[in-house]
Amino acid sequence: MSQPAANCPNCGAPIQFRWSSGVQTTCEYCKSILVRTDVDLKKVGEVADLPLDASPIQIGTEGAYNNKPFTVIGRIIYEYDQGNWNEWHIVFSDGASGWLSDAQLEYAISFLAPQKAPPKETVYRGSSLTFDKQYQVTSITKAHYAGVQGELPFEYWDKADVTFADMRTSTADFGTIDYSEEPGLLFLGRVVEYDDLKLKNVRQFEGWS
Amino acid sequence: MTGSAGGAVPQVRALICPNCGGTVNLRGYAQTLNAVCGNCNTILDTRTPTVTILQTFQTKQRIQPLIPLGSRGKLDGAEYEVIGFQARETASDGITYQWREYLLYNPYRGYRYLTEYDGHWNDAKTIPMLPEFGKSGRKEAASVNGKLFTHFQTAEAQTVYVLGEFPWQVRVGEKVTAKDYINPPEMLSAEITEGEVVWTVAEYTDGKALWSGFKLAGQPPQPQGIYANQPSPSKGRIASVWGMFFKLTVLLFAVMLVLLAIERNEVVFQQNYTFTSHAQGEPSFVTPVFELKGRTAAVQVKIDTDLDNNWAHFNFALINEETGNAYDFGREVSYYAGRDSDGSWTEGSRSGSVTIPGVPAGRYYLRVEPEMDENSPSMRYASQAMSYTLSVKHGAPNMIWFVIAFFLLLIPPIVVTARTIGFENKRWAESDYGSPLASLSSGGNDD
Repeated sequence: MSQPAANCPNCGAPIQFRWSSGVQTTCEYCKSILVRTDVDLKKVGEVADLPLDASPIQIGTEGAYNNKPFTVIGRIIYEYDQGNWNEWHIVFSDGASGWLSDAQLEYAISFLAPQKAPPKETVYRGSSLTFDKQYQVTSITKAHYAGVQGELPFEYWDKADVTFADMRTSTADFGTIDYSEEPGLLFLGRVVEYDDLKLKNVRQFEGWS
Repeated sequence: MTGSAGGAVPQVRALICPNCGGTVNLRGYAQTLNAVCGNCNTILDTRTPTVTILQTFQTKQRIQPLIPLGSRGKLDGAEYEVIGFQARETASDGITYQWREYLLYNPYRGYRYLTEYDGHWNDAKTIPMLPEFGKSGRKEAASVNGKLFTHFQTAEAQTVYVLGEFPWQVRVGEKVTAKDYINPPEMLSAEITEGEVVWTVAEYTDGKALWSGFKLAGQPPQPQGIYANQPSPSKGRIASVWGMFFKLTVLLFAVMLVLLAIERNEVVFQQNYTFTSHAQGEPSFVTPVFELKGRTAAVQVKIDTDLDNNWAHFNFALINEETGNAYDFGREVSYYAGRDSDGSWTEGSRSGSVTIPGVPAGRYYLRVEPEMDENSPSMRYASQAMSYTLSVKHGAPNMIWFVIAFFLLLIPPIVVTARTIGFENKRWAESDYGSPLASLSSGGNDD
């Protein structure tokens, strides 16, 4: 599934997609946001300086979920009044794509779900929503897009404020609805412990192992 | 250090406090949102490019964390560093209670807390699931992973002092509603603010273990009183001590049955007598000599009478013919019967027996001295005599030892149960429900 190399339309640096279904990527050299078209790459924007963050995860980090290995290939960073969090884009060896979120070192893995998300106005904290299981909305967060990095499965850049509805179940299932578009995008998955992810190639922190 | 596409490599930072110019060290990397300048009691926003002041607070006294900021120790096999500290208070019946919370950080595994109240420590972590609600008896309860936690108390907690750094907003004066549910040694807590509810599960932790784990000098403070989720020292033993009691009782019963089966229980003497109360002469007499064979065993003397609405008393002496050793004992037999508005009734029994334990083998006889109520109607107008049979059994097992053994066996389970109840009463006296005694008396006042 190796993709033919292309060049950054802005600076000419070689650009290679690690994932065949990647739609958007960033140029590591000039920080251009590039979107794949039928014929070539198009520059759609530029990444501002990413906010400082101390996530142990980085592009290239490898791990496993349900015994299936995955690699981190991109991320979206959001900021809200309590700091920021990362939605790391992960791809599995079978090509499936999912998200590893790291919010103040609380981790969850989720996948775009086929169910329809309820309209934003009908969802509040405490709402009970039934998809594959019964979820309860634990928080409604107004965040704003603070940057992207690497490969994403869709065009996602320069967004303004985004509302998220986070959900939990009594059995540690996790769900989130991204209301950056209408209807919202539903992601379902599980809360995970750091040690269960068996991560490799993580960032190093001086004095910590 | 390996470089990262994520930009700056995480490094320990230091800030200059814009209020007093002091240095504020940051241990939590870019996760930290608020940091406290301990020099001038100022809370700083560490996210803004120019550090801004969020709050300058007054404090009656600086509180020294028992585990200093920067201390590292292992919990659940992973190393954590103390990066933040806050003291919180709650008021109940005009009394202020204060506890301390230590924020612990591991750059990979995240955050957890140690809390301390009156020398009692808890190790707390947020949980990934939502509790389910129900009842435990008449109290509200919540279950997590199938484990039921009983509601203990709900209180408003106010932050009165902060030190170090936090990955979220902190302010002195901030209030949260804290709801605690217990299943010792664990406690489930909800911290309720306007925007969210944070659920944590804490485990009661030995201060000494923390002191050695964090390599701290000196001794942890001695715990005072009983804490909400402190495990009862005897609770786990209740089931085992009653189980042991049950096993020993079964064993005792088996021993009793075996003894009953193997004891000779042989009738060594039996004779019919008549007693006339107004008869002339000495009423006492002696029986012929009988032989008790085998080993030392109990002797049972049984009296069967034809008493009717009367009583008789027998004084006995069991005398060893060879040594003259005597066992003195007595037995009263009474039997009354009649009819009244409720129908016929009886009281007492025409028979009675006395068991003398541990009588050695030998040749014995009984001295018998019967005595009757000479003024009873039956004596005056009806039969003048009482017929009775005396029989002597040797080797009759004495049941009293089994009864005594049974009650001795009951002591340990009763003591353990009473201790546990006492411990639980003290625990619950600190809860919203008060002690059972207090609730009884307040219930009484309501009448």
